[in-house]
Amino acid sequence: MLIYLPIAEVSVNIFVLLGLGGLVGMLSGIFGVGGGFLMTPILIMIGIPPAVAVATEANQIVASSFSGVLAHFKRKTVDIKMGLILMLGGLAGATLGVQIFKYLKSIGQVELLVTLSYVMFLGLVGSMMFVESLNAIRRSGKPGAKPKKKKHTWIHGLPFKTRFRTSGLYISVIPPILVGVAVGILAAIMGVGGGFIMVPAMIYMLGMPTKVVVGTSLFQIIFVTAYTTLSHAMQNFTVDAILALLLIIGGVIGAQIGTRIGVKLKAEQLRILLAAMVLLMCGKLALDLLLVPSELFSIGAGGE
Amino acid sequence: MLRIFFIAVSIIASPLIAQEDVVVDLSQNRVDITTTFSGSNIFVFGAVKRDTPLPEGIGPLDVAIVVEGPLETITVRKKEKKLGIWVNSDAVEIQQAPSFFTIATTGVLEDMLNEGDLRDYAIGLDYAVRPQPMDNMVGEMESFAEAVMRIREDDGLYSQREGVINLTDDTLFEVAIALPANLVEGDYTARVYLIRDKNIVADTSVEITVRKAGLEVWLYDLSRENALIYGLLSLLVALVAGYGASELFRRLKR
Repeated sequence: MLIYLPIAEVSVNIFVLLGLGGLVGMLSGIFGVGGGFLMTPILIMIGIPPAVAVATEANQIVASSFSGVLAHFKRKTVDIKMGLILMLGGLAGATLGVQIFKYLKSIGQVELLVTLSYVMFLGLVGSMMFVESLNAIRRSGKPGAKPKKKKHTWIHGLPFKTRFRTSGLYISVIPPILVGVAVGILAAIMGVGGGFIMVPAMIYMLGMPTKVVVGTSLFQIIFVTAYTTLSHAMQNFTVDAILALLLIIGGVIGAQIGTRIGVKLKAEQLRILLAAMVLLMCGKLALDLLLVPSELFSIGAGGE
Repeated sequence: MLRIFFIAVSIIASPLIAQEDVVVDLSQNRVDITTTFSGSNIFVFGAVKRDTPLPEGIGPLDVAIVVEGPLETITVRKKEKKLGIWVNSDAVEIQQAPSFFTIATTGVLEDMLNEGDLRDYAIGLDYAVRPQPMDNMVGEMESFAEAVMRIREDDGLYSQREGVINLTDDTLFEVAIALPANLVEGDYTARVYLIRDKNIVADTSVEITVRKAGLEVWLYDLSRENALIYGLLSLLVALVAGYGASELFRRLKR
């Protein structure tokens, strides 16, 4: 059954969208990531204009992170103060990101920017995760492997220190703001929540305890993606409500199923699977840039 | 006064020039793009009117029907390899590209009509895209215009079907025009030409209105005119869905 999307102005099979939402939702439930980094490129592949894919995906992430953060609030694993500070940076970053997006749309290079960002970040994060989980699997064989002690780094020398009670940290607000800005730019340009960048940054750069990382990241992502959705809706007119709704319906159901599958798998296996998936997507996108395209020409709206 | 003169002249002259006329009707003049729109078929029915019997030795009658969507300005970009990767580089703006173009005929176009008329009346896919001539890149423009035709033919937006119209008794004809699901709204025209001895002997045109309807038009208008409310509405839907899902599954778990 085909459904006509009013903003994207294309007809897409409704079951393809529900299924996609469900599948990506399931993966995000298993691995605890937003799934935006998978969904946006897939949407572009099935013929949704890149600008619409990015903006609409931001809207979908609002739904999935909201659903997720409610569970974390009940378990009290959200560092609200840290989340708000990350959010401040995130809003600034998203504002910048939407402007960059708008400019590149006007010179016809949005596609390149989105693809390049994906290749770069997926490649980076994917290989880091892959190496790390390989090491973890090797380590788990030997008993008595000690966790690393907290190191005193340059981060602890910065001014404007404040106490984050939930995370048990006393650090400067500058690093969280910078992390927020970086993630905000990514959210606006790539149509992702940025969890896959923020989670490692929170653990390794800020030294936050793992149990509050996911909840806090989701908390911050809601605000930044909500803001991104609004900005895209108002400045680029690229949020497709019908597309978002279908992805959300599929996504929330898939996520719940995924969460249940997730608890049955081992953490290291999970991480290495996710890393492989990220690298696969990265490789596919990189090939698109490197191989001779089957069609050299593309048609865009006039005056852009 | 002048007008009356012209009417009088045309009445006197008409039996000589317009021996044949064409009457056309469509199965529908309006296409609504609703949420479940998956393309549409429009039937063009036509009849040839003759006041006087045909003279001896006159050539066979041919019919060409062109259905054309609203003209748009588009930007066509060409990818080029730069620093090892394929990026958009050259761009050409084409002012008059129809969003949709299809032609159906009784025979082979080139055999039916003279080249000048084919070009002047844009009869045939070769004349669908009319790039403004630019002195410095004539050859280049050609390849961009060809790309538009190629891409839109693949998308089912442009087509040329020769020999699909059946002309019954040199008088009646009909043809189905398939409008694809990826239609753009606007005013479409169906142009019908009667052709004899490589010349157009009569022509007429009918308008087809293609509009988004129902929820589609409501959402689209809202997104352009009240972008803030549209954006907030999208967010509200997301929050309600997120909350609903987590509540639903919490209850199911028990």
